[in-house]
Amino acid sequence: MADRVAVIGAGQTYHKARRDDVSIAGLVREAAQRALEDAGVTWADIDAVVIGKAPDMFEGVMMPELYLAAALGAVGKPMFRVHTAGSVGGSTALVAAHLVTAGIHQRVLTVAFEKQSDSDAMWALSVPQPFSAPLLAGAGGYFAPHIRAYMRRSGAPRDIGMKVAVKDRLHALGNPYAHLHLPDISLQTVEESIMLWDPLHYLEACPSSDGAAAMVLGSEQAAAEAQAVTGRRPAWVHGMAMRSEPTMFAGRDQINPRAGRECAQDVYRQAGVTDPRRDFDCAEVYVPFSWYEPMWLENLGFCDEGDGWKLTDAGATSMDGGDIPWNCSGGVLSSNPIGASGMLRFLEAALQVRGEAGDHQVDGVRRALGQAYGGGSQFFAMWVLSTERP
Amino acid sequence: MPTPPSPRRGRRPVAVVSFAQADNVRRESHHNEVETLMPVFAELFAKTGSGITKDDIDFICSGSTDYLIGGPFSFVAALDAIGVYPPRRESHVEMDAAWALYEAWVALQDEGVDTALVYGFGKSSLGQLHKILSLQLDPYVMAPLWPDPVSLAALQARTLLDAGTASEADFAAVAARSRRAALENPKAQVAYDRTVEQLLAEEYVVAPLRRHALPPITDGAAAVVLAAGTRAFEWAERPAWITGIDHRIETHALGARDLASSPSTARAGLEAGVGDGPVDVAELHAPFAHQELILAAALGLGEGVDLNPSGGALAANALMAGGLIRIGEAATRVMDGRAGRAVAHATSGPVLQHNLVTVLEGV
Repeated sequence: MADRVAVIGAGQTYHKARRDDVSIAGLVREAAQRALEDAGVTWADIDAVVIGKAPDMFEGVMMPELYLAAALGAVGKPMFRVHTAGSVGGSTALVAAHLVTAGIHQRVLTVAFEKQSDSDAMWALSVPQPFSAPLLAGAGGYFAPHIRAYMRRSGAPRDIGMKVAVKDRLHALGNPYAHLHLPDISLQTVEESIMLWDPLHYLEACPSSDGAAAMVLGSEQAAAEAQAVTGRRPAWVHGMAMRSEPTMFAGRDQINPRAGRECAQDVYRQAGVTDPRRDFDCAEVYVPFSWYEPMWLENLGFCDEGDGWKLTDAGATSMDGGDIPWNCSGGVLSSNPIGASGMLRFLEAALQVRGEAGDHQVDGVRRALGQAYGGGSQFFAMWVLSTERP
Repeated sequence: MPTPPSPRRGRRPVAVVSFAQADNVRRESHHNEVETLMPVFAELFAKTGSGITKDDIDFICSGSTDYLIGGPFSFVAALDAIGVYPPRRESHVEMDAAWALYEAWVALQDEGVDTALVYGFGKSSLGQLHKILSLQLDPYVMAPLWPDPVSLAALQARTLLDAGTASEADFAAVAARSRRAALENPKAQVAYDRTVEQLLAEEYVVAPLRRHALPPITDGAAAVVLAAGTRAFEWAERPAWITGIDHRIETHALGARDLASSPSTARAGLEAGVGDGPVDVAELHAPFAHQELILAAALGLGEGVDLNPSGGALAANALMAGGLIRIGEAATRVMDGRAGRAVAHATSGPVLQHNLVTVLEGV
């Protein structure tokens, strides 16, 4: 039987387009220090460090964990580097959590970051490869055709994506760490923003952010000690899962990938979730482009296939009266330090469960979902958190 | 069925049950990473047992780095060498695949995960390796100076000479023994039978390192199957049980390290229990000849230990797979009965910054 594991501390940076005031080491240390303080522990209490980020070319540093060892207090300890594309922030947290459930460590610091201003992610994603068709379009150019296919398949009206863009940015107003604070955003300003990749307007795309996220994951004993010191309750992990499928093959459903569906089924089975819309009080889901909210509503089983856009349209995912608020933090649409974006989903789910989300807190959260995806929608990582000890 | 030895850590015994590697070559110009890996997997599953396929694997983990291919997501295409459909539980580390094996070992501690496939690959021929590895250094202070890995290793070798703990002849002796052992390794890239005197007659590449003390530049790949508990006995006659595994990192700041020693290796070896019993064989991931001396001292490996019988990284140095190959070579010697207890070491980062130690035992 696996040991229990909980989030006992969380910290993040103020996400911005450029963090010229800090080095990469300064950036990750800022988030990690906040997580340690939140957990009521010091660097000496940490047994191991697990760090994740998206492609190294996003900063131009090969295997930066080597250079970051001292900044993250890892000298003399095990330090581990995960890279699973955009889902990496989530999978990094899962690798760290498994170190606790396997009984190997008591407290693991997990960190994810991206300092996009050090390089150019659009360029890094578009390096020509021998014998491969050049993409030269960044992530938005890759996903837009899949969004159009979703619209055709589901019959969704064109304004659904714009509604997500407005909703998540209004949510972000309650999150002081969010990169974008756009109080005046409206359907009209989204529609009037420049068309980048049809049907995605500029304001329907995530920003490029510098930022980091960190969590302290602890055993049952570590959780009790942290709660005694800080008075803050742990967020218990009830389910963890990762799934991958190939990038390209005939018959692959890129709109509703099987890897995502099966990852959700696995994590729901572990956590005893049978009706996600009813059983979760909120969810933090990786929505880097507006239309991925309705697409993931279906993929994650919050509704039947083809109905995701109807939930968005009806305001079900809004903190303003919706029954299943999604991305109360503002989501990836409001802050996108790529490697950390998945961990921020996992972390924000923890904040909700711990009642620590401040102005974007949903009342009475007992169970929350964190989801991250990456690559061309072929990599998925998820966890389910609860106030109840499993 | 014998009882597996109890591991020092973790709740389930886990073993290496099969290992395969590609030919290590200077330039694999006819096959990309996927094409290099596919025959490795075919050989691996054939060795694991009749009828065993990817569908019998519960968890997959790989190690590679984008900087060798010069593009993002090198691990993504490599997954096509397996064919991960139906979708699989899969993960990737941007480290040597020895650390992917560590992640798999952790995953195997959970009931419900009984088998794992671990692999790593690196095609160093695609770029200028000495420049690429400079980008592994502190981006603000060191990388702009472009220190290359041979020069850094030479600094390290110099600290050994200055400390009086080793001589240039000692470096040559390691190289001579390793390349001679490699004559027995059909996968090796550099193998020869030369005397220490012959090697000492070579010119310096970067003093005090002569050509023989340097690793080759290698294209290669390797894979391992792990199994937990009774499954290991089903898949291997004599599994190589992982009784200890640990890894530790040191600071990146070279000036803050004593390069003549490896405290992280010593600590990992202690945690893995290297000293708990006699060691028959040790495969040490020492790309430069003098590093074997540092590592053997850190692990307390004395006379009577068969060091790097495969030829080690001096015979073939596939980046991102080299550490996993050390584990595979050590495990092979346990599985075929040549060794009762073996140690495998893997390294990452400049001049032995990050080190992993595994103890493997047969019953």
